[in-house]
Amino acid sequence: MTNETIMNIPRVTPKNMTEQEFFYGHKACAGCGGSVAVRLALKVLGERTYSALPAGCMAAVGFIFPQMAFKNNSIITTFPGVASMASGIAAGAKALGQTDFKTVCFAGDGGTADIGLQALSGMIDRDDDVLYICYDNEAYMNTGIQKSGLTPYGTHTTTTPAGKNLPGSKTHKKNVFEIIAAHDIKYAATASIGYPQDFINKVNKAKHIKGATFIHVYASCPTGWGTPTNTSIEIAREAVDCGLIFLAEYENGDFKLNKNPKEFASVKEYLTKQGRFKHMTDEDIEQVIGFRDMKWERMRRNWNHK
Amino acid sequence: MERPIKRDFKRPTHINDYPVGPQYEAGFLAETNASWRTFRPVIDLDKCINCLICYMVCPDGTIMKREGKVAVDYDYCKGCGVCAHECPKDAIAMIKEEL
Repeated sequence: MTNETIMNIPRVTPKNMTEQEFFYGHKACAGCGGSVAVRLALKVLGERTYSALPAGCMAAVGFIFPQMAFKNNSIITTFPGVASMASGIAAGAKALGQTDFKTVCFAGDGGTADIGLQALSGMIDRDDDVLYICYDNEAYMNTGIQKSGLTPYGTHTTTTPAGKNLPGSKTHKKNVFEIIAAHDIKYAATASIGYPQDFINKVNKAKHIKGATFIHVYASCPTGWGTPTNTSIEIAREAVDCGLIFLAEYENGDFKLNKNPKEFASVKEYLTKQGRFKHMTDEDIEQVIGFRDMKWERMRRNWNHK
Repeated sequence: MERPIKRDFKRPTHINDYPVGPQYEAGFLAETNASWRTFRPVIDLDKCINCLICYMVCPDGTIMKREGKVAVDYDYCKGCGVCAHECPKDAIAMIKEEL
């Protein structure tokens, strides 16, 4: 997409956003961050949207017969097959002669980075007209908080219980954003629900791109993270401020850092607020900070930023 | 219609009443979520500057835009308190529900 066309996309703000709700009356836990992401994305994309959801929180809370929380056309797919299902929907709607629609996937971090990666890779390779949104709450929350490929170092989950022998999760977050970008996708971005306007802008941009697009949005989970329900947005914002989550875009073969803070907020403060990191020792926190600095050094060296 | 509303659901009594295949009407709501709530958000309209931050960050979409101010749909608010926590003017108070 050229710069001129990007300039011509009408901006979506809360002031001019549709009053219609497309994800309403769902049974997500109070303060759920994933539902903020799904709700805002659907409000930007509009009524003529087909959504596909694999097994995961948003499918579990959205379709409890007869409580149908999705107002647009939606379908639950197999766990590994959400991207291929969405490809099929896009192709089917095109075959019916429809032109005014968008197809979107809402998958969790497990459904994206672990189980659904193969179908997602195929979808991007074929460049099907699908927007894939991964809401990343850093574990398999729907099934009871098990470690996924996107669980960061030191997280206490039911499959990586922290204690004398284990610091919690022993691996760092898988670098999904760069894996996706390596496909030479038309547009990929990372976002956080702590910065909702930035997320809205990125969904809006992806909406106007014909072809495969990907957005990785960081979404808090009060139940799995052990945080109070009212701090969901704050904690997602702090994750960005302390540098553990970055906001970036990949477009036309170039990486761009949207937010490049001069100084990071305290990582320790961010971690100790959450029940899942409570056990962490100073050495563990040092390791997290070391990994962060290594990553930022590489990003600042190779990516465009202001 | 801006938001789906609660509608009466006729419980199936005979096998023929069940939908054929696993699909159902989009946006059909058979129950409300009001019973989840321990604290209810109450908006002080004098303090509200209509910045719509609460409208953006509500996980349940229960904050409504109303003539330059915001209102809450108490049928579906779960009382998580995100709106009160994010409000830059402290215009939203969380008040304990009385039974």
